[in-house]
Amino acid sequence: MIKIKAQNISKIYDSANGKITALDDFSLEVEDGEFVCLVGPSGCGKSTFLRILAGLEPATSGSINIARSPNSTKPVNNVVFQEYAIFPWKTVINNVAFGLEMRGIGKKQRQEIAMSWLEKVALSKFANYYPSQLSGGMKQRVSIARALANDPEVLLMDEPLGALDAQTRTVLQAELLRIWEKDRKTVVYITHSIEEAILLGDRVIIMTAQPGRLKETFEIDLARPREIELTATAEFAKLSGIIWQALKDEVKQAYDAQMMDKVD
Amino acid sequence: MTKTRLLIIFIIFIALNIFISLLNLWQSIWWLILFVDFVLVVAFAEQVATIIPLKYQKLYQRALAISFPIFVLITWELIVNAGILNPRWFPPPTKIAAALWDLTINYDRFNKTSLFGRPWLAPSVLQSDGWPAVWSLFTESHVLTTLWRVFFGFIIGAIPGILLGIIMGLNKTIRMMLDATMSAVYVLPKIAIFPIMMLIFPNPFGEGPKIAVVAISAFFLVAISTMAGVRDIDPVFLQVAKNFGANRRQTFWHVIVPGALPIIFSGLRLALGTALIVIVAIEFIRAQIGVGYVVFYHWQILATDKMYAGLFVVMVLGILLTFILQAIERWLMPWRK
Ligand SMILES: Nc1ncnc2c1ncn2[C@@H]1O[C@H](COP(=O)(O)OP(=O)(O)O)[C@@H](O)[C@H]1O
Ligand SMILES: [Mg+2]
Repeated sequence: MIKIKAQNISKIYDSANGKITALDDFSLEVEDGEFVCLVGPSGCGKSTFLRILAGLEPATSGSINIARSPNSTKPVNNVVFQEYAIFPWKTVINNVAFGLEMRGIGKKQRQEIAMSWLEKVALSKFANYYPSQLSGGMKQRVSIARALANDPEVLLMDEPLGALDAQTRTVLQAELLRIWEKDRKTVVYITHSIEEAILLGDRVIIMTAQPGRLKETFEIDLARPREIELTATAEFAKLSGIIWQALKDEVKQAYDAQMMDKVD
Repeated sequence: MTKTRLLIIFIIFIALNIFISLLNLWQSIWWLILFVDFVLVVAFAEQVATIIPLKYQKLYQRALAISFPIFVLITWELIVNAGILNPRWFPPPTKIAAALWDLTINYDRFNKTSLFGRPWLAPSVLQSDGWPAVWSLFTESHVLTTLWRVFFGFIIGAIPGILLGIIMGLNKTIRMMLDATMSAVYVLPKIAIFPIMMLIFPNPFGEGPKIAVVAISAFFLVAISTMAGVRDIDPVFLQVAKNFGANRRQTFWHVIVPGALPIIFSGLRLALGTALIVIVAIEFIRAQIGVGYVVFYHWQILATDKMYAGLFVVMVLGILLTFILQAIERWLMPWRK
């Protein structure tokens, strides 16, 4: 069953110095329970696409359809934003319970649900802390727990581990794998790391440099459940070599474009 | 090592002061010697800081903060008593304290006022004359009158200020219309509108115009900073609210208000300081009661000790009000450390 169907999405921004085409005729279909990773050079429109998927921003043209499971009362989607975007004025547990609170779920029940998610991301001891008292990795766990606690039909993640140091990132990748493999939610996951995309995804989609178009799709047939050790295998190295070939030109083009901007 | 340095600084300090006294140089270059003394004390205190164990550092810093004003007062007392400064313009602190005590316990029969309102009389007055007499004990107080003017003016200025600031922060059209005008009024010294207020109110010498000026000065400061606070909220938080299904009311209470609160409070702090300045200035020119009146009246009759006592009270009021606001701030924004 197809869960997400994005057809011919284009997005043109009207900015002070002219029109910017962020996305050009980009289409994507995601199966129910599939983990899809979007990879592309920075500025290619990944975040834009995710915001359009989430309904936070209209597309200039094209259509989005997210199929709901029959009789479901779940929210359609929730986003884990690129910056942690957790509320500094709410405690950890109230941040995680935010979506539940907005949906009118009673205090006792939402605290219970939030607490169970805090346990899953190993933060239950910090339930009553404020975000300013947490490290970057912990903040991002809160952000992930907030989306998961709301139990959406699809989960949209925008470079959730992008701002973290290499070690914390590896730990959280393992945690994400473990959590996701339990209930296999439909996920669209943006990353700029090929390794992360292969490790987590069922499918890796490469986007072109700006304007963002579909460049190539790779099915990742590695067996599940996966472990972090997978990254050390020859098979993994071979895959990442192949995907890098597809991405390389786009990254270079984006880099050159950036240099040109600086020269102007 | 440090101990020798401490000893050297101490010896220089003593030697210098004895030397100057022997040569009778205090009269002519007292300000220069005080400056050198001050530098020596700082050098001494810095050396002491290096040998104080880490766990007493906080205590030591606090002790420095407290001992400085005490040093100033003692020096003031000494140089006035030595005849270096004219006691007429700079009465020694002990005399100011005596004047403060005098103002506290005595009732001014002519103006029917007292500094704090003589609360110790309340029990006996209640027995003989009932509640209205107790109330008049409060209304005779300079301090309570000033506090009441500041408090009342601040509240009726700040609350509409917050409301308008939020509206301007959220609605672009209203912001575009009002912003330039608001900024222009903002720079106007609010005391300048006091004459207008006296024309507007039926009783130009009553409380109305005074409180109105305080309210108006608070209003603009608070409105402008509230607007800035709302505009300063990271748009990603609004996206989060939308993504997690918050309606308008929920977005307002869960994102807009807490997000703008820190900057709203910096506006409130400014407004409170301004309110005190404005009220004291107004009490200088047009009041029969209030701490500003106490200061100005005693300047006019050249009772400078009482004038300083009045200034001291104004200072304490300022500290007290700031302290209360800080307590509210900590209570409302526990996430800020
Ligand atoms: N609100 C906006 N207004 C104007 N241009 C924007 C806006 N958001 C993004 N862009 C532009 O669209 C392009 C894609 O941005 P984005 O989706 O953030 O890229 P990515 O997430 O892949 O790094 C960039 O060139 C960016 O400058
Ligand atoms: Mg992005």
